[in-house]
Amino acid sequence: MQNQHSRIKTVPGGRAEAAGSRAIQTLALTVLALGLAGCQPDTGTSSSTRKTVIQNTGSDTMVNLAAAWAEEYSKVESAVSVEVSGGGTGLGIAGLINGSCDLANCSRHFEPKENEELRAKTGTEAKEYTVGYDALSIFVHRANPLNEISLEELAEIYRADGRIQRWSDLSVSIPGAKGDEIIRVSRQNNSGTYQYFKEAVVGKDREFKLGSLDMNGSKDVIGLIAKTPNAIGYSGMGYATPEVKVLKVARKKGDPAVAPSIQAVLDKSYPISRPLFLYTAGDPRPLVKQYIDWVMSDAGQKILEHTGYVPLKMQ
Amino acid sequence: MRLSRKQLRAWSEKLIELAIRLCGISAIVFVFGIFFFVFREGAPFLAKIDLREFLFSDQWIPTSQTNPRYGVGALIVGSVSVTVLAMAIAVPFGVGAAIFLSEFCGPRAKEGLKITIELLAAIPSVVWGFIGLSVVSPLLIQVFHVPIGVNLFNGALLLALMSVPIIVSIGEDALKAVPDTYREAAVALGATRWQVVYRVLLPAAKNGLLAAVLLGVGRAIGETMAVLMATGHSIRIPHSLFDPIRTLTATIAAELGETSQGSEHYQVLFLIGLLLFLITFIVNLTADLVVKGIRRK
Repeated sequence: MQNQHSRIKTVPGGRAEAAGSRAIQTLALTVLALGLAGCQPDTGTSSSTRKTVIQNTGSDTMVNLAAAWAEEYSKVESAVSVEVSGGGTGLGIAGLINGSCDLANCSRHFEPKENEELRAKTGTEAKEYTVGYDALSIFVHRANPLNEISLEELAEIYRADGRIQRWSDLSVSIPGAKGDEIIRVSRQNNSGTYQYFKEAVVGKDREFKLGSLDMNGSKDVIGLIAKTPNAIGYSGMGYATPEVKVLKVARKKGDPAVAPSIQAVLDKSYPISRPLFLYTAGDPRPLVKQYIDWVMSDAGQKILEHTGYVPLKMQ
Repeated sequence: MRLSRKQLRAWSEKLIELAIRLCGISAIVFVFGIFFFVFREGAPFLAKIDLREFLFSDQWIPTSQTNPRYGVGALIVGSVSVTVLAMAIAVPFGVGAAIFLSEFCGPRAKEGLKITIELLAAIPSVVWGFIGLSVVSPLLIQVFHVPIGVNLFNGALLLALMSVPIIVSIGEDALKAVPDTYREAAVALGATRWQVVYRVLLPAAKNGLLAAVLLGVGRAIGETMAVLMATGHSIRIPHSLFDPIRTLTATIAAELGETSQGSEHYQVLFLIGLLLFLITFIVNLTADLVVKGIRRK
């Protein structure tokens, strides 16, 4: 029921601007969830009744990508319309479980618990397709003289009881900035990006230091950093704009720092990148299978590159 | 047998009466219905939780894999501080504008002002949030030389602007409801215009003005989108006006969408909903008691 209300239809020639309207979506969801909490999940929309529509929900990181795929695919296969909406990896997985979507965009693996739930509800296993990679870029304000940072330093900045709290701890002074405090920009605590950053940088058993500014979308992170000289933050590589500066990242202090790029992600020299997945509940319908095949083809992979993500192999 | 005209009228009378009665009752049904559903989702966790830790701890780490903590202390402080600050800004402006509109303003200016104020009330909260993010935030950084533009003050400013229209329109109604004979009597005794307002109108319209202010408080504490975007959404106890904060409402909005149904995190978010219910209930109850107290005198 929730998915239906937050669905954004991608029409040929028009782009779903789901990332921008994420905030509104969330609000609508909250209102709905509060109001309709007593309703049962919508199971009336079984996928067999829709012949030409593929419901595609999930990760916010992938929503621009998925929308671009859908748009391009409508030119290739006019009989099929792929309806894309964002809302988060968790929402996509929930959609698979309650049957309201055919294809979930996920920026992380299924958790065992979610797999169990899927098995219990639908009797199928989650099927995973790796479709590309996303690198998390570390962003700072344009005026920040810092050029590179190591994973250890990032961890010390972000983790609870981390030692780096001021820019002077990194021997950095930012011209035109007020104060010396490092302003940590993060994401809300159940987004896939947050969880990946925690795993890759902060540490699986560690916690984030509270008091970071927890933005509600990848774009918002960039927007805030662009306006805040003291800020540092992380977001998908594709969200970089000329308004912010992308740092090179070193695995260890002293190791060569690497700028995020397709090449660096593919040869694994860039340390914070993750695979992106499409998930289906069990074997996909032929129609959906065809779509996934197209995504994996050269035509589909090229779109990853155009939208700022990393294809499975160098083109 | 055909119904006579008289019978028909009697029937339709009854029918309309029933419909109106239903309308009246529906409000109660809805309130209790919503309360019931929110309670049902949050209740399972109420049994498990240490209430003192829930209310007073500032450790909100619901998605920790090793040791999830559910303390909403910082969020309560956030919600309360932004509301109090918003009211500190909005009440003088709102009541002042209401007095100006009802007592000092010419008819033409009054028309223009009222339309503008109504327009202010019609701006959606997302738009306010956007203004906070893109206009107020850089302005605050420039003017006050603070490191973060999205903060307590930014949020309070927006909330104040959002609740001023409510305070003005209800406050003006309250002042208008004071009989003209009061004004005439005061003027006849030689009171200046300001004395009329201060000594006669304000005491006479006290109840209405209080209601106006409390409606403003309700608007401010329940507001979600604007505070989500403009307060920085950061879990901490603010030490200055320009520290970022996080509110109860914004936390629900940001986190409920991606939380799996029925999980502890999900239940706690509904518990926060219950807490908001409780807070508005207390605000309304106090208002009621105060108004009744005033009436008795």
